[in-house]
Amino acid sequence: MPKITFIEHDGTVHEVKAELGASVMETALRNDISSIVAECGGGCTCATCHVYVDEAWVERVGPPSPSEDAELDAAFDVRANSRLSCQITVTEALDGLIVRTPSYQGR
Amino acid sequence: MSETIKTDVLIVGAGPCGLFAVFELGLLDIKAHLVDILDKVGGQCAELYPEKPIYDIPGIPEITGQGLSDALMQQIKPFNPTFHLGEMVTGIENIGDPLYRITTTAGKTFETKVIVIAAGGGSFQPKRPPIEGIEPYEEKSVFYAVRKMEAFRDKNIVIVGGGDSALDWTLNLQPIARRVTLVHRRDDFRGAPDSVNKMRSLVAAGSMDLRIGQVAALEGADGQLAALSVKDKDGKLDRVACDAMLPFFGLTMKLGPISDWKLDMEDELIKVDVSTFETNRLGIFAIGDINTYPGKLKLILSGFHEGALMAQRAHHYVHPEKRLVFQYTTSSTSLQKKLGVA
Repeated sequence: MPKITFIEHDGTVHEVKAELGASVMETALRNDISSIVAECGGGCTCATCHVYVDEAWVERVGPPSPSEDAELDAAFDVRANSRLSCQITVTEALDGLIVRTPSYQGR
Repeated sequence: MSETIKTDVLIVGAGPCGLFAVFELGLLDIKAHLVDILDKVGGQCAELYPEKPIYDIPGIPEITGQGLSDALMQQIKPFNPTFHLGEMVTGIENIGDPLYRITTTAGKTFETKVIVIAAGGGSFQPKRPPIEGIEPYEEKSVFYAVRKMEAFRDKNIVIVGGGDSALDWTLNLQPIARRVTLVHRRDDFRGAPDSVNKMRSLVAAGSMDLRIGQVAALEGADGQLAALSVKDKDGKLDRVACDAMLPFFGLTMKLGPISDWKLDMEDELIKVDVSTFETNRLGIFAIGDINTYPGKLKLILSGFHEGALMAQRAHHYVHPEKRLVFQYTTSSTSLQKKLGVA
């Protein structure tokens, strides 16, 4: 199982095992990471699973699709490495992925 | 003060569970009014995923959020529920046993024997930008909705966002404001193409400004904005003088005033008795995603089941003199008459 590291804005690190084929958002919810909200449950319609992909991983994760980029309009403090984690599928190639969650997002 | 609306049941939330509750209550001769903060019925189905398919409604292999909402509206039509859209319940007062007086943000007052909270993830409210020190400006010079356009006459206003709300208000306010500046994070807009074209023509004609970037800081005093800083993608800050800011970043769900209703809660969810879905307060029920109990699943089908059981108990409060006889719509002529099919 690939490993994903979530780093919250206060520095809390969650290193979790992710199921292949699940989304990074689902992986966060299964591990009670409260700074991923996912109000719409993965529909790419709420922008509450916003993450910053670690610079070393940006290329492998790739850019958002046009519809995801449009939904990022509903997020705040959007950066070049911003993604909606419901739109990132866990693959073997993402073993070791590091993402950070924005300070404003949380339950 | 408007007239008090008397009803058997007030349903808070017109999402799928609130809508189906009308059906289950209607079969038991119980009349319902529904209040929802959105300007349309369907709740999350209509707001968050109108075009996304749902695969786990029993007997319906695939249906979109909007499709389910439309089908439920058709199903409850015989019971003629009354909708109060675009408003939110606020105050509650216990005036009987059980009888409640409920007020809404639109100034309406209801007197109801039973309240059914079917509020899902809470009420949809505008997202508030997490800009440091924004709170003192809110409702003074930072607004999440336009109530009176006149308030913006001859003002320098900044509208933030790239969707239809931002574009519509840009186009509506541009003729009366002194100057409108639209701020958006990218030079691409998801609003209606026609609105985007109109906005671009105004920019080209020099009648308004468009800045690509994100609002990073606010300047002002005593709740009155003087200027804000727009940060572009390279991190360069640009100061824009303004009297008001209108951010449009879509909606998010917040529990709202219900959290002050003295209901037993657990993690922002309302605890209920699993045989009736009644809360700790007499005659107040909670169904659908808003409630919690051992084994709870946040599924639409669970909310439907909860609505059916809730109605049985609600009958006890609404028609205490009548004995409830359990009947099937397939075989009962009396139920079929209510549905208008017999």
